[in-house]
Amino acid sequence: MNQIVKITIDGVECMATKGQYITDAAKENGIYIPTLCNYEGVKPRGSCRICTVKVNGRLMTACTTPVSENMEIENNADEIQELREAIIELLFIEGNHFCPACEKSGSCELQALAYRFHMMVPRFPYSFPQQEIDATNPKLVKDQNRCILCKRCIRAIKDEKGRSVFAYKRRSRHVEISIDPKIGKSLSDEMAQQAMDVCPVGALLVRERGFVVPIGERKYDNEPIGSDIEKLKE
Amino acid sequence: MSKPVVATTSLAGCFGCHMSLLDIDERILDLIELVEFNKSPINDIKKFTKKCDIGLIEGGCCNSENVHVLQDFREHCQILISVGECAIMGGLPAMRNGIPIKECLEEAYINGPTVKNNTEKIIPNDPEIPIMLDKVYPCHEVVKMDYHLPGCPPRADLIWEALVALITGNEMKLPYHVVKFD
Amino acid sequence: MKNFTQKTIEKYHHDKTRLMDILIAIQSESGHISPENVTQIANELNMSEVDVEQTISFYHFFSMKPTGKYSIYLNNSVVANMMGRADTAAAFEKEAGITFGEVTPDGLIGLFETACIGMNDQEPAAIINNRIFTRLTSFRAKEIIRDIKDGKKIEEMFSASFGDGANRNNLVKSVVTNNIRKIGPVLDPDYKVGEAIRKIIRMKPEEVISEVKHSNLRGRGGAGFPTGLKWEFCRNAIGKKKYIFCNADEGEPGTFKDRVILTELPRLLIEGMAVAAYTVEASEGILYIRYEYKYLEEYLEKILEEARMKNYLGKDIMGKKGFNFDIRIQFGAGAYVCGEESALIESAEGKRGEPRDRPPFPVEKGYLGMPTVVNNVETLCSVVKVMLNGGDWYRSFGTSESTGTKLLSISGDCRNPGVYEVSWGFSVHDMLEMVGTTGNVQAVQVGGPSGSLIGSDEFNRTLGYEDLATGGSLIIFGEKRDLLNDVVVNFMDFFIEESCGSCSTCRILPNVLKKKLEKILEGRGVEQDITDIETWGKFLKASRCGLGQTAANPILTSIKNFRHLYESKVQTRKEYDTGFDLQQAVKEACEASGREPNI
Repeated sequence: MNQIVKITIDGVECMATKGQYITDAAKENGIYIPTLCNYEGVKPRGSCRICTVKVNGRLMTACTTPVSENMEIENNADEIQELREAIIELLFIEGNHFCPACEKSGSCELQALAYRFHMMVPRFPYSFPQQEIDATNPKLVKDQNRCILCKRCIRAIKDEKGRSVFAYKRRSRHVEISIDPKIGKSLSDEMAQQAMDVCPVGALLVRERGFVVPIGERKYDNEPIGSDIEKLKE
Repeated sequence: MSKPVVATTSLAGCFGCHMSLLDIDERILDLIELVEFNKSPINDIKKFTKKCDIGLIEGGCCNSENVHVLQDFREHCQILISVGECAIMGGLPAMRNGIPIKECLEEAYINGPTVKNNTEKIIPNDPEIPIMLDKVYPCHEVVKMDYHLPGCPPRADLIWEALVALITGNEMKLPYHVVKFD
Repeated sequence: MKNFTQKTIEKYHHDKTRLMDILIAIQSESGHISPENVTQIANELNMSEVDVEQTISFYHFFSMKPTGKYSIYLNNSVVANMMGRADTAAAFEKEAGITFGEVTPDGLIGLFETACIGMNDQEPAAIINNRIFTRLTSFRAKEIIRDIKDGKKIEEMFSASFGDGANRNNLVKSVVTNNIRKIGPVLDPDYKVGEAIRKIIRMKPEEVISEVKHSNLRGRGGAGFPTGLKWEFCRNAIGKKKYIFCNADEGEPGTFKDRVILTELPRLLIEGMAVAAYTVEASEGILYIRYEYKYLEEYLEKILEEARMKNYLGKDIMGKKGFNFDIRIQFGAGAYVCGEESALIESAEGKRGEPRDRPPFPVEKGYLGMPTVVNNVETLCSVVKVMLNGGDWYRSFGTSESTGTKLLSISGDCRNPGVYEVSWGFSVHDMLEMVGTTGNVQAVQVGGPSGSLIGSDEFNRTLGYEDLATGGSLIIFGEKRDLLNDVVVNFMDFFIEESCGSCSTCRILPNVLKKKLEKILEGRGVEQDITDIETWGKFLKASRCGLGQTAANPILTSIKNFRHLYESKVQTRKEYDTGFDLQQAVKEACEASGREPNI
């Protein structure tokens, strides 16, 4: 049987199911903890660090930390907000994010977070890395310029034998995502679409299709990311 | 009391941000009541004739002339504002930033598919031509910028709100849909 | 006929968790792992090719391109540079006719840089086809290249007698020296091998844990987690099988004491692993050793074999029914982050060495999802002495917070670099006197790049968990050293390259901070840049592992303790400077179009 535990988020008492991740528990209580590398139904990885909260005084990622009785969570502390702003800005300067020319603009989660956190310009200098566009796959185009290395595609998309279609390559600032040259070739249309949907930014795009939903009517064009969760509270 | 003085320019930009400024529609009549324009394509004043209060910069710096103009603006303007994605992060012109400038010039003038008759393989080098920079620089990586208005172009409402707030000293009201990067 | 790859895969029973071993075997055999190898491995192990490649491309010593019949990996650590690496490197390049990162057209020689290889007391040093060459000079570099061109075998290329102790062993035959300069209770070779096992098998596992807890022994890798407590957690954890890992991945630049233990006291280490296994009821042990120490492989395998013969390992150890435990060696392949215990486990499972999210901790879910203890080499050795002489005896060394002794790896500007075993509570000042220094000491890097750079006003501080906690790397810098240009920049480069790349913070920020530092060093910085570094550096605390969390320490601790060096380089007349340099920015275009920069 599910055990119910009491936790506090920014001093507010909340009920949660023991073992549930903090992000999910917060969500059920109408509290939005921003996430980026997290994706519903996929094992969390804690790589973007956006969901960092203070748990009993320690910095932890909310997407990977299960709740336990009397856990005290700080989600809105200044220190946490500053950190999140910085992480969003870091992701912007790490890649080449030309929003005006991106198919995902308006439904991009990174951009939506920047809107939510009122980013006008990143404080860090742009790195303008030289990145490749991989157009060898028959179904997908991979634009490394926009990739934020969240691993969502790696974790979510597997073939029928459970093998990876996407994987990391290299390490440190040289990391990139690669698509398996063989398995990738036999991706179904559904899987290609799923990969594009899983990608929080415009790094994976289904070929020969674009701008179906016009700019201005997209997911985050008129409402901040997280609003759906916060509405639960009202 | 004299009216605040505004100057504007487009560096490596497409004048779309200036168009957006004009997109404030009938409020443009209010604007000319509120401010005086100095150096700007809007009134075609080519050189600063006095110190200005606000400078609006469209576009990033892709060549030496852009840098000189921007530095000139910094010298003459109290407050300098990056207007639009190109000023803020280089924008479309900065898509060349991952490629060495030598390759870009060679593609444009020597190897590109549309190049004809450049048998001597000359890359234009007349001293009058501004020199290309190694990459397109966002304005704030060249001089200090005070504010940034994102968008491609920034919504007319955003430019309007920002200007009015600066001139009147009131707080900016920015509804969610006004600040967009696209 | 089966090819080498096929045979290797079969040797490891088509087990994809042994991918590291398979790749190491192929890399050693052919100097690289070809795309055909990747396809074959992927097919045989039922993996996708990108999954095989993600492991290959993670590790420094794996390459998908040929690395030369003789691959020379010259260490580029700070101390190597201080000891004259530049001349040696130049000589290698000149004689081989290539620059670092290249292979000669005939495929004979490959020249590569590599991070600290655990030889800081005998730099400059290089690894050539898994053998170590130390104290290199430009002359030696010439000799080596000449020998290679003459077709000599690696073992014929040593021009000096082999090092001390077991470095002379027939299975090692290495010019490496141990440089043990001060022996304490752990390094003391005067003990009876197997005695600790004999003693503990008469005790209940709980009693052993309680004795280790009583000794107050804490992890010697640097993090300092109480050893007894770790064992207790693992003992109480539920799992079909349990594992003991020995972390011999010492990658912190400046550390080399584990190499000395592996060379001189491997039996002590094996015994320590057996003690740990007995207490947590683990049946398998994995000795994870950094690739740089591969030259010790045959020797260590023989020592393990000998331990099995003597029944220190194996079934019903020393007659204790049901006490079954054996050890296998797992080599890494060049990745500092694998020293982090969960990354080490990932690596041992054949994957990229990316640290895991915690909880769960390895003691609950570790290797292959089973409860796993990961202990440092020195910790496991200390345990044996604790069990032989008792917790009370152990507590008689050191301080109340930090009991026992610590092995220090001391290098840099000193007369006697090497390994010293001292009681905790030893001051930095005493340490400097002990090793002998000439001239004034400007700074000491305590705990390697992830630790702190301290100045003379702090030399009265003491080593220990209550003050300067350290894994034991101490690097001394004399008064003439340029701390910012030569030390801090090198350490930042190290962290930038060694990040696993998974956390946004650690992947991006260190490089941003280094660029700021460079701006300051180029004379374009302002006071605000120093403040920015301090503010931004804090964001790294949100990284998953210790590497990321400490990756800004070289800059942050040097700003804290040597602020005057930074302040002397920033412009005092300016409050703001973007660092933009028009001359520099137009240079390339002027060169391309052949014009004067008339700006």
